[in-house]
Amino acid sequence: METTATHHADMHRDDDASKIGMWLFIFTEILLFGGLFIVYSVYRFRNPVAFHIAHQELSITMGLINTIILLISSATVAISISAIQKKDRKMSMMMLGMTLLFALIFLVNKYFEWGAKFEHGMYPGSDLMTMLSHGDMLFFSLYFFMTGLHAVHIIVGMVLLSVSLFKVRNGAIHSTRFVLLENSGLYWHLVDLIWIFLFPLFYLIH
Amino acid sequence: MTEHTEHKHEPNYLEYRGKYTGLMGWLTSTDHKRIGLMYFYAMMTFFLSGVVMGLLMKLELIAPGEQLMGAQAYNGLFTVHGLTMIFLFVIPGVAAVFGNLFMPIMIGAKDVSFPRLNLFSWYLYMIGAVIVLSSQFMGDGPPDTGWTFYAPYSLKTQTNVVAAVTGAFILGFSSILTGLNFIVTMHRLRAPGMGWMRMPLFCWTLYGTGWIQLLATPVVGITFLMVIAERMLGIGFFDPAIGGDPILYQHLFWIYSHPAVYIMILPAMGAITEIVITFSRKTVFGYSAMVISSMAIAFVGYFVWGHHMYTSGMSTTARWVFSFITFLVAIPSAIKVFNWTATLYKGSINMQTPFFWAMGFIFVFMIGGFSGLVLGSLATDIHVHDTAFVVAHFHYIVFGGTGFAFFAALHYWYPKIYGKIYNGKIANLGLVIFFIGFNTLYFPMFILGIMGMPRRYYDYLEQFHSLNIVSTIGSWVMATGLIIVIVNLLRARKGSGKEIDNPWDGRTLEWQISSPPILENFEEIPVVDHEPYDYK
Repeated sequence: METTATHHADMHRDDDASKIGMWLFIFTEILLFGGLFIVYSVYRFRNPVAFHIAHQELSITMGLINTIILLISSATVAISISAIQKKDRKMSMMMLGMTLLFALIFLVNKYFEWGAKFEHGMYPGSDLMTMLSHGDMLFFSLYFFMTGLHAVHIIVGMVLLSVSLFKVRNGAIHSTRFVLLENSGLYWHLVDLIWIFLFPLFYLIH
Repeated sequence: MTEHTEHKHEPNYLEYRGKYTGLMGWLTSTDHKRIGLMYFYAMMTFFLSGVVMGLLMKLELIAPGEQLMGAQAYNGLFTVHGLTMIFLFVIPGVAAVFGNLFMPIMIGAKDVSFPRLNLFSWYLYMIGAVIVLSSQFMGDGPPDTGWTFYAPYSLKTQTNVVAAVTGAFILGFSSILTGLNFIVTMHRLRAPGMGWMRMPLFCWTLYGTGWIQLLATPVVGITFLMVIAERMLGIGFFDPAIGGDPILYQHLFWIYSHPAVYIMILPAMGAITEIVITFSRKTVFGYSAMVISSMAIAFVGYFVWGHHMYTSGMSTTARWVFSFITFLVAIPSAIKVFNWTATLYKGSINMQTPFFWAMGFIFVFMIGGFSGLVLGSLATDIHVHDTAFVVAHFHYIVFGGTGFAFFAALHYWYPKIYGKIYNGKIANLGLVIFFIGFNTLYFPMFILGIMGMPRRYYDYLEQFHSLNIVSTIGSWVMATGLIIVIVNLLRARKGSGKEIDNPWDGRTLEWQISSPPILENFEEIPVVDHEPYDYK
């Protein structure tokens, strides 16, 4: 940064600045979830048995499928960025489209996962939830809260990727100007990263 | 002064006409100076409404028993007073107003890195502010939890907590985006030749502040979301009746809200540093010590939140560790005070209003700091916890520190902002009255606290009566001083002053351009070939 800090002020465009900005924003996102991870650890430590039993209610298969989907989608968005750098607009658009498709599949999966619980009367504020033991209720509350907040981030990521796709299509993003796509990709990796922590915490740990 | 005449033909930022004119020209402007001024006007409005609430509280406390209002109204009043002053005035305070107005100029840039994001931050601030203030009038009555929203009461009370918390969440978002913008700007837009160690010290404090805003604010953001979820959906995060842990809430809240104290005070210290240097007409004593102490305060301040919770139930080990780290923060803060004093030593001091405000700042800040040590040590804190002593302490720091620095900065940069100069004699008179009123208002509260008067009650025992009368009279004196100061500044705005580019002989870049600055600050980006405070 030191070396480039000298020639900038009169340019209106500064891709490095945009990227630094995105990285800083990602730090705040990590700390946003960080607060939830602390809450999760405290309550898991207090209610180990209840958390263990409650976690068996979740379908590892569903979680695993979603994990794989997100990992592949991170790869496709990365390919899309390389493609635009190599002036392969078609490939870039196709890969962005696939990323969006994977994101949609993730949400559909989530819908069925949550829907099954809702059908059993299991949702925040329901009568069933208030009848559960404290440990069980905390587990499911955290589950809905954290995966819900993550799903919101998926949707925000999809909006960013859609805007990028649109701009690749009309030529506003091209081989020498792709910082928006890159930043959307960074954000998408963050969404993926958070899921990588959520998956073991809720589905895997015994 | 020769260039002075040259840039007269360029319209300055106040007069500039873009695509829109009038009010829309301001509301759609991405110029950092206009955004800074919009923050300023909004903030002064909120500050003055907070002052009125404070005056009403003091009036209620003029005698034991119910004077103006009952317990519930008083609880609502101190909550909204706290929310207004903390979230709308002191946290954004110096950084959003003077940081926006002058940081880009001081590093030799035309604007911040993300001007549109900057305007967006202002809109978020206004939306958050409207929601917080409307919590006073809408729903089931003003929130009565105190500005800290401690669980489980904040989850049980029937008052309008959700609106207040939502507003605070949005304000946090605005604060994060401002911090992010400033950090990137300082990384990317310093003028050629301005290395990191040539950056004015005000900018360094904004840099430290930016990092705290980025890394601490999201924690309270998520905590507020959890409070909202718990109130709406009955999730047992913090309510012990359904398995939650209220102490955990306090931890999460103070993980942000203690660093927030440094968000308030660091830019204030930076502004004071600029003033002390300019009015000593001498380069700063220990530039790098000032830089390091700013960053050290930002860093260490992150790890002291537990000192708000000595009586809440923490292990003895946790308590003494937090106490120890709290004392560590005193070191970089003291370095700053020593360096200010050493800068004054053998300087040719220019006795003007901003300098007097800065000296007032150092005086009250020292009292606030020392009383902080009383609260930071375990044994004495138990005695004065939740008494008027705490209220006196943080008003000396937050109002005496940030508030004094805000007015110091306003008097310092006023000629640059408006191109007009105020009447110095009246400004000094206002300051003296304000200063006397301030100390008369808050100092008795130290004694009341040691005597055992609890905070946050509309009523008290007869034995506290006489000192409370003194304190209430102090509040009137202070308000009088404040009115004189503000009226004086308003009158200067109306044009009774003369135009001037560098009235105090400042050496930082903002004093090298015309007052008020032109739209993009510089006709040509300056090349910096010397230290920031180049007094020979």
